[in-house]
Amino acid sequence: MDFGPFLLLALMEGLVTAAVLALTASGLSLVFGIMRVVNVAHGEFFMLGAVLAWFVSQWVPGPAPLTFAVALVVCPLIVGSIAALADILILKRLNYEPEATIVATIGLLYILQQAALSFYGPDARPVPAPFSFRIHLPWFGYSGYKLAVVVAAIVILLAVWLILKHTRAGLIMRATQIDRDTARAFGINVDRVYAGVFAMGAGLAAIAAVLIVPIQQAHYLMGGDPLLLSFIVVIIGGLGSLRGTLVAALLIGLSDGVISTFFAPTLAKIIATLVVALVLVFRPQGLFGRRAI
Amino acid sequence: MKSKLITSARSRRSVLKGMAGAGALLAAGATPRFVQAQSSEPIRLGFQLHRTGIGASYGRWYERTASAALKVVNDAGGINGRPVEILYEDDGTDPKRGAEVVEKLTTQANCDLIFGALFSHVVMGSAPRAGELKVPYLVCSEGHHVASGVLNRWTLQPGITDVKSQVQAMAPWVTSNLGKKVTMVFPDYAFGHDHRDFFTAAVAAEGGEVIAHVAIPPTETSFTRYFPQIPSETEVLYHVMVGPAVLTFVKELGEFYGSGDRPEIFGFIDSLEAVDIASPGLEFLEGTHFWEGHPRYKQDNATEHETFYREAVGVDDNGASVSDPADVSTYAHMFSAWETLFAIKEAMEVAGYQGPADREKVVEAMEATTEYPEGQGHPQGPKTFNGKTHQAFGLQSISKVESGKLMRVHQTSMEDGFYPDEADYTTMSF
Repeated sequence: MDFGPFLLLALMEGLVTAAVLALTASGLSLVFGIMRVVNVAHGEFFMLGAVLAWFVSQWVPGPAPLTFAVALVVCPLIVGSIAALADILILKRLNYEPEATIVATIGLLYILQQAALSFYGPDARPVPAPFSFRIHLPWFGYSGYKLAVVVAAIVILLAVWLILKHTRAGLIMRATQIDRDTARAFGINVDRVYAGVFAMGAGLAAIAAVLIVPIQQAHYLMGGDPLLLSFIVVIIGGLGSLRGTLVAALLIGLSDGVISTFFAPTLAKIIATLVVALVLVFRPQGLFGRRAI
Repeated sequence: MKSKLITSARSRRSVLKGMAGAGALLAAGATPRFVQAQSSEPIRLGFQLHRTGIGASYGRWYERTASAALKVVNDAGGINGRPVEILYEDDGTDPKRGAEVVEKLTTQANCDLIFGALFSHVVMGSAPRAGELKVPYLVCSEGHHVASGVLNRWTLQPGITDVKSQVQAMAPWVTSNLGKKVTMVFPDYAFGHDHRDFFTAAVAAEGGEVIAHVAIPPTETSFTRYFPQIPSETEVLYHVMVGPAVLTFVKELGEFYGSGDRPEIFGFIDSLEAVDIASPGLEFLEGTHFWEGHPRYKQDNATEHETFYREAVGVDDNGASVSDPADVSTYAHMFSAWETLFAIKEAMEVAGYQGPADREKVVEAMEATTEYPEGQGHPQGPKTFNGKTHQAFGLQSISKVESGKLMRVHQTSMEDGFYPDEADYTTMSF
């Protein structure tokens, strides 16, 4: 294949990776930024979203676009409720101590993974795409749905940004992020904010999974990769910075697409991990993060 | 707080309790074994099962196949007149757990023998432990590792042909019917490397050439990015893929080529095991070819044994479960679980197996076997067994997708798959 089309394919693949990564990682970043909780179970919320999308596709009658739309609404809500419950039952009781919450979310990771194995089974199951048209390019064909995923991710991220910047809920979240005690003194129910943020973070991962599941398939072990990549993105972007997360997702996604197409996917992972190491050494607060006081 | 963490104040009572418990355990373990070696005791076969992990779809069907074979064996009087039990133990398709499962089945469950492992990395991880425990370990794996001589005297593969033999048998058909310039896409680990090494050599022997190797990490979930590496002068695209993402792989291949100009496609059915060929997005497979160890769709000239086997396992004419047409089987591989059980029966009966003390005799009896004729115990077809390399050789099928079904267009002969011995396990000590 010539260089031009080759590069085009690499960029398109990279864009899809970046879009899904941005959604997943922004959930992780949100939770860390506001709650200071490193959520190791984040990948399992992603997996739950995909698995629930399969259940919806089985149980909801109707054409594929309809069931997909239902999944896109229902799955994040269910996953968000599970996350809120986990926050109230576990994290709150640990007083959000950093070490304790890491261990607790590791436990949560295994509980969710084994629950999926018990109730969903060990198989990879496909979920039909809402539509399937193939874009005919002169050199190769490309899935139209994949490009739709990119557009959907941009729309959702825009909505998240609007919520954070221009709604009362967003204001309360930001207030809690800046100073939890003062926020409480002003009558903000911090417990409820935390539960809501944890649910929102998990919900974002679930939306990403619902979008990706017609391309991949739902499988109980699928949470590992998104977790690792999300951590990479969040560390490079700066823990807690949503803008940094988006820039880093684009950077990692596109470089992953280009490097893995032209060279090897393993090399792309090696370089991404190397960048994380360099960032941690030379700019520990990340590209856009603020230095911890 | 700190002092609580480091002191280990045990009361005298708890120490005494622990000692009593340990004593009881020791006493139980030290009970002489021979009291259990009475001939009415059931023969216990351990089955190392990929129930979870990346091999789960195979595991599900291996369990069904082995259970169906067990029923046939027991209905016909068992082994040596003794009833037979199979103990299934999940290994998570994980080499580390595989070795633990071998250990558990042998030392805790007192199995007489272990069989059933498919994924080659699990076999590589487990076989050394079986050798140390001196328990026969019969694999259903296709990998060339048994015949290559790297394993041990206790590891045999009587139920399925290895990859080297499979690809060597089919290469002449591929080069003479599809094309001589081949690009290979394969998983980047032992099983895929067997394909890479032996098919490349076999194609070269036929005057063809493998012009590119595209290795894909076995945990990959997205494949489009690899396809540009396929050179445009490729005449035949050879693909083999395993794991939960196989459907994604084939779908993305279809998106990439679409209905336009594309090379001939020859795949190992592994890329589509447990996947319905009629899945949306797979229409482009029409007219492409597949290797099949055992034809998934019932062929017009199916033998009575084939029909019996299909019915006993519960597979319909399209290769799916009779109770759920969406539950597609791993038909091209799972016959090995069935045939291995019958090979075990034969070896144990020849050896006059009484108990674990006769394990060596079972291995020797199997090594002395040369043929497994086609029949109820070997419905896939006749096999030749090489006692020196511990490897079985059988017939391979090449099928073409016609109207959404796999129809056999060629069957290799036994001789096509023979190659010079690379090892002689019979000279190794037990």
